[in-house]
Amino acid sequence: MIPAPFDYKRASSAAEAIALVGEYGEDAKFLAGGHSLLPLMKLRLAQPAMLIDIARITDLSYVRDAGDHIAIGALTRHHDVEHSPIVKEHLPLLAYAATHVGDPQVRHRGTIGGSIAHSDSASDLPATTLALGATYVAQGPNGTREIAASDFYVGFLESALAPDEMLTEIRVPKMNGATWGFQKFNRRAQDWAIVGVAAWKRGNESGVGLVNMGSVPILATSVSQAIANGASIADAAQLAAAEAEPQSDLNASAEYRTHLAKVLVRRALDSSSN
Amino acid sequence: MKVTITVNGTKHESDVEPRQLLVQYVRETLGLTGTNIGCDTSSCGACSLHVNGESVKSCTMLAVQADGCDITTIEGLANGDQLHPMQQAFMENHGLQCGYCTPGMVMASISLLKENPNPTEEEVRVGLEGNLCRCTGYHNIVKSVLAAANGNK
Repeated sequence: MIPAPFDYKRASSAAEAIALVGEYGEDAKFLAGGHSLLPLMKLRLAQPAMLIDIARITDLSYVRDAGDHIAIGALTRHHDVEHSPIVKEHLPLLAYAATHVGDPQVRHRGTIGGSIAHSDSASDLPATTLALGATYVAQGPNGTREIAASDFYVGFLESALAPDEMLTEIRVPKMNGATWGFQKFNRRAQDWAIVGVAAWKRGNESGVGLVNMGSVPILATSVSQAIANGASIADAAQLAAAEAEPQSDLNASAEYRTHLAKVLVRRALDSSSN
Repeated sequence: MKVTITVNGTKHESDVEPRQLLVQYVRETLGLTGTNIGCDTSSCGACSLHVNGESVKSCTMLAVQADGCDITTIEGLANGDQLHPMQQAFMENHGLQCGYCTPGMVMASISLLKENPNPTEEEVRVGLEGNLCRCTGYHNIVKSVLAAANGNK
């Protein structure tokens, strides 16, 4: 399978990429690692007329300790997130979730920013960064703005980014010793999750993100509310699907997904209370 | 678009269409057909090769994205008649049946050992999760990779 024809330009800075996308408008797409976009283009589910290759903007590939949070450049590859000593120390849940993205070859190309901007509710990192209370930084023609992860995912494969904005940084609050769990239920090793859960807990505080439980990644706020009010993990996990709108597909019915979410939230929080 | 891509140590200057996949470039433009196409959807790993020393699925990368990169394919491993230690280990341990997945398995395995020179059996199995063998010959593939790792000691 070969994508439909398109034009290709390579940007060497974020400003150049944004100027190019302004020039070509809605027909243009940013290309980072290409591991979400190219499969869609091969299947003709996406047919951009212009690809703006941003993968060579090397100053957007970094992991920095920024005091209360860790700042991750949008073009940091999954492989580099997974192996970053800073991420492992301060965001062990994210480091672990990154090892579950695709397979080693995919992680050598795919980027954290690409995964988040693609906004696939079945991907691991949108829900994980949502659970961790991340803030995303977007750069546009008029400067940068911060978007809370909880405001970012607006619909199926649709984010709050404007067409001429580029995701440049992911800011994730340090976990500060919170315990955590990541559960991914799938049929084959490298598949997307049928349902996945990323969760952390520190005393009565917690964050629970659900993978593939609706058209957007879901923050299970009812679970966290129940834990804050003193509920047991088992009782709180019963509320796992309160915010979710699971779909039925070849892999699982909506009812089965709801069941899985409750079980996996309990397991993720149980392992996080060790 | 004009690109310069070094493949197995030889620099190639080519004019490629932006939509040309890297796997097509090595197979059709350069005639290096050792890299196989399996699923064409970045699931099976048959098309794995190295870009700047790391395993990549070449069906999900454009040739233009490889501009300026150093590519190694299965043809670039042996030194004359002398097989690469990973190829030798696959041969000695019968790490192949029909052989279709083998080039990708070998390329992924070399990349795996580069990152983790002394993997456990489980780490080899997890590390090769992106490569499918439809003969289900995984047991001897894992044995081959562990043998190659032991040979490195």
